[in-house]
Amino acid sequence: MSDGMKEKLDSIVFKTLEKMQNVKTTEALNEIRVSVLGKKGELKEVMKGMKDVAPEDRPKVGQMVNEARDRIESKLAEMRQRLDQEKMERQMEGEKIDVTLPARKADIGHRHPNTIALEEMERIFIGMGYEVVEGPEIEWDEYNFTKLNIPPNHPAKDEQDTFYINKDIVLRTQTSPVQARRMEQGKLPIRMISPGRVFRADEVDATHSPSFHQVEGLVVDKNITFADLKGTLEQFAREIFGPDTKTKFRPHHFPFTEPSAEMDVSCFKCGGKGCRFCKGEGWIEILGCGMVHPHVLEMCGIDPEEYTGFAFGVGLERIALLKYEIDDMRLLYENDIRFLKQF
Amino acid sequence: MNTSLSWIKMYVPDLDCSAQEYCDAMTLSGTKVEGFTRLDRDLEKIVVGKIISLEKHPDSDHLVICQVDIGEKNVQIVTGAPNAVVGMLTPVVLPGGRVAGGHDGTLTEGGIKIHAGKLRGVDSDGMMCSIEELGSSREFYPEAPENGIYAFAENSGVKPGDDAVHALGLDDVNIEYEITSNRVDCYSVIGIAREAAATFDKKFVLPEVTPTGNSEDVNDYIQVEVEAPELCPRYTARVVKNIKLAPSPVWMQRRLAANGIRPINNVVDITNYVMEEYGQPMHAYDLDTISGHKIIVKRAQDGEKFTTLDGNEYTLDHTILTINDAEKAVGLAGIMGGENSMITDQVHTMLFEAACFDGTNIRLSSRKIGHQTDASRKFDKGLDPNNAMEAMNRACQLIEEFSAGEVVGGAIDIYPVKREESRVLFEPDKINSLLGTALSAKQMLDYLAKVELRYDEKTNEIVAPTFRQDIHRCCDIAEEVARFFGYNNIPTTLPRGEATTGKLSFKNRVEAKARDVAEYCGFSQGMCYSFESPKVFDRLLLPQDDVHRRAIQISNPLGEDFSVMRTTSVNGMLVSLSTNYNRRNKNVRLYELGNIYIPKSLPLTELPDERMQFTLGMYGEGDFYDMKGVAEEFLGQIGMHDRLEYDAEAGKPFLHPGRQANIIYDGKIIGFLGEVHPLVTRSYGIGERTYLAVLDFPEILPFATFDRKYHGIARFPAVSRDLSMVVPKNIQAADLEKVIRQGGGAILEELSLFDIYEGEQVKDGYKSMAYSLVFRSRERTLEEADINTAMNRILKGLSDMGIELRQ
Repeated sequence: MSDGMKEKLDSIVFKTLEKMQNVKTTEALNEIRVSVLGKKGELKEVMKGMKDVAPEDRPKVGQMVNEARDRIESKLAEMRQRLDQEKMERQMEGEKIDVTLPARKADIGHRHPNTIALEEMERIFIGMGYEVVEGPEIEWDEYNFTKLNIPPNHPAKDEQDTFYINKDIVLRTQTSPVQARRMEQGKLPIRMISPGRVFRADEVDATHSPSFHQVEGLVVDKNITFADLKGTLEQFAREIFGPDTKTKFRPHHFPFTEPSAEMDVSCFKCGGKGCRFCKGEGWIEILGCGMVHPHVLEMCGIDPEEYTGFAFGVGLERIALLKYEIDDMRLLYENDIRFLKQF
Repeated sequence: MNTSLSWIKMYVPDLDCSAQEYCDAMTLSGTKVEGFTRLDRDLEKIVVGKIISLEKHPDSDHLVICQVDIGEKNVQIVTGAPNAVVGMLTPVVLPGGRVAGGHDGTLTEGGIKIHAGKLRGVDSDGMMCSIEELGSSREFYPEAPENGIYAFAENSGVKPGDDAVHALGLDDVNIEYEITSNRVDCYSVIGIAREAAATFDKKFVLPEVTPTGNSEDVNDYIQVEVEAPELCPRYTARVVKNIKLAPSPVWMQRRLAANGIRPINNVVDITNYVMEEYGQPMHAYDLDTISGHKIIVKRAQDGEKFTTLDGNEYTLDHTILTINDAEKAVGLAGIMGGENSMITDQVHTMLFEAACFDGTNIRLSSRKIGHQTDASRKFDKGLDPNNAMEAMNRACQLIEEFSAGEVVGGAIDIYPVKREESRVLFEPDKINSLLGTALSAKQMLDYLAKVELRYDEKTNEIVAPTFRQDIHRCCDIAEEVARFFGYNNIPTTLPRGEATTGKLSFKNRVEAKARDVAEYCGFSQGMCYSFESPKVFDRLLLPQDDVHRRAIQISNPLGEDFSVMRTTSVNGMLVSLSTNYNRRNKNVRLYELGNIYIPKSLPLTELPDERMQFTLGMYGEGDFYDMKGVAEEFLGQIGMHDRLEYDAEAGKPFLHPGRQANIIYDGKIIGFLGEVHPLVTRSYGIGERTYLAVLDFPEILPFATFDRKYHGIARFPAVSRDLSMVVPKNIQAADLEKVIRQGGGAILEELSLFDIYEGEQVKDGYKSMAYSLVFRSRERTLEEADINTAMNRILKGLSDMGIELRQ
């Protein structure tokens, strides 16, 4: 009897597995499951025949039925997974997109090129231990000139085309007065940069603006040398214009430094061979610098026999115009978004 | 300052370098060269030719055919020059050569190439040149004909085949320097030549000035008194009689021409020459116009009128120094001589003046009368008084050499306080420690000696000649050492010593956050000028007594449009938006971080309050609430969200009266926002609704913080309730929310508006508002009763305000 049952079960299993093998949809798979394992399924029918089985055989037959069910269910699970996968693949196939269609971007605003250049300079100098210090844009004549070794009636006062509010108060022509204010506080050593807006009576054109920005630096400590000044500015030049940048120092004159120098950097466009950008020179003038004049230190209450220092000043717009190849300074103050969006 | 290279070589005869090498080396040793121009840059293959025969052109009335001897051979040249004659020596450009420009004086970039060719059928192998074609003019070559080819003088010593460019002195280079204000001595050819000799380590040869003068005594001709010695440290004078005006010798004319100075006659040329050579301006008076044989140097009378030799009349005052005779002013000291005493063609005896005037006074005087001259530009640097007599004697030497007159013996020299050499202690160790070098004392002294800075062994001092007015301290000596050692030979090191902390100020950090938030929200950064026109106040509809009209005025502005320091950032923003609108840019969002300037008193007696403003402006997509959102996003990022309020009574005339608010934090106004008044947008030419927000940094900074604390994540479930209400229109959301929050108490976690509506389904004078409320406790799971108690309190509060629940 149990042999007959076994045959019957084997045949159900065999038939069912074969049917499942060719099934294409989960619905069809479900139908098979119901027809075999359901309440009225074939396996149930077989179970009904149990009453005709000898009681001693029943456990064995029961086991056979369970085995048959397990085989079918495991196949079912396998098929279900395969069909799910096929279905997902078909769906994804239909969901194929054109990846070259335009991106949908968040409308993020843009930073002014001056600020980008300033942030870069701040990053470089903060990394070297410099503090960023600000000061008033409307300044005492005394701080803007006298304390920087430019006494009344000094020709340099004319050269700077100063805007006056009255005889004692000016629109600062440089951010160096911030340095004088910081030195007067007497906290030494000093490593600082003072970025900010400055003013000179120049008519607006492609290379001039009555208002522009400077970043001036100051270091005062024991044993500060001209060699330190050179090393610091060389490092700055390489950071901002690229690691291959070369520097050249030329003697110059500024009232508040002695010795004074101007620094040129090798043209970052042509590498120094000479091009239209550097007007064939191979070098571009970047900044003025020098050793802080002992008289300036004295006026700020610092003993020049004990302390020395260096100072430098860079035009922020000059760096921005050069670095981003902007050909007209007026663009910086028009605030046309078509310009700003390029940064 | 300009010099020709050939003039420098007069004093540095061994100088042997190209113009480029010269310029590079001079710049590196401290005499900065701005640029140089080769006078012969477009001249090529130009020789002296001699016309040996001349015949009429068969087919032309104005052309002639010349046979020209160019040295090794004769060539045939057809010319239209009306002055061509047999025997003439003239510059000839040969085929394949170049000239600088046309005969009318127009220059051609790169020159004009000359080819052999035919003129009306006759062969012509080159061209005879006018001075204009050689790139110069009759201004510098007065002997050249007005119309025609240049003819060398018979006694000029040139012969056919010679290099004509050289013969004309056009094989020269004009060099332009940028002289810094500390190096007054370099405003002279000698001064620059001294630097050149030191730079190239060559011998420096000063002109040898020989004694001059006849047996007469200058004191018999003139007496000089200086009444204002504070403005005239030195006055020297000499007299020249029997003057014979004539052209100066060709070499001097050429030298002046190469320096860009027009030759006039021997006397004028000599004064110009000496002014360039020594940097000492000189003036010549016609002695016969000087009354009383007297010169008095004194301050002008207030209101005195004076006419200078160029015919301009000036009104003077007591700050201006004049040169006078016994009766009248005859010159503005250091600026220009008078019409009444100028040298004319009839001059017989002249008074030569070489003085030293106070530089500052000359600068202020020439600025005051609005007249700068070559002389005043030299004087205003502050000249070395010890140079005056040397220059005077040099001029007299040239007068005698050129037979331009008879120099009277002796010289007037009023020089009460002699300027002495300056002395600076020589401290080689200090110099090395300032420069970061390890030079020996000997090396340093060698460098210093090159520029005549002498070492006094007895006192261990460096002695600086008086022409070096910039040597006062050790650092000045260090610069001289550094220049000749070479700045680029100094090593490069980084500062050692105590470490310092690099940092941004707190204000800068808040500014950086403002930039970040603005940009995330789509705003781009603009920058505006700090000064604007006082008319902007009217444009912004500010009443006459508005405090913003109290603006600081610039006393010397670039014009009315830039004449007051801004007291509000609104105009700058609107101008920028307007620029964008005019250029058809859509959906523009801009922000600016910049100061406004609020005077504490007017006129200014102390520095004003400079207030950083964070200004946002936009048109296009977005409305009031978008702008409000950006402001709140920023304030949230700097830790300011829990005490924020808005007051619609902001009173800004340039904003829409029903759409503006002050932003208030902890009871303080920290800024405002709103829609721009339609009249204002119209006047700025912006055709769309425009929104602004301005946040005042000084008010914000005391509240701002970057401290953050973690409050935990809620562990108990939340319960939501919606409230849909009909609210009288005049009740503001803030008041209603306050009541809901009070009623909700500590368990009301979140309150958010999800619908607001006015219109058909709502009765007149009311609006419909719907809020979603979220209740949650941090300690336990809320029960129905907790929610009901809270809701009942809320409903009671609302109904007290006249608010009904929507059915």
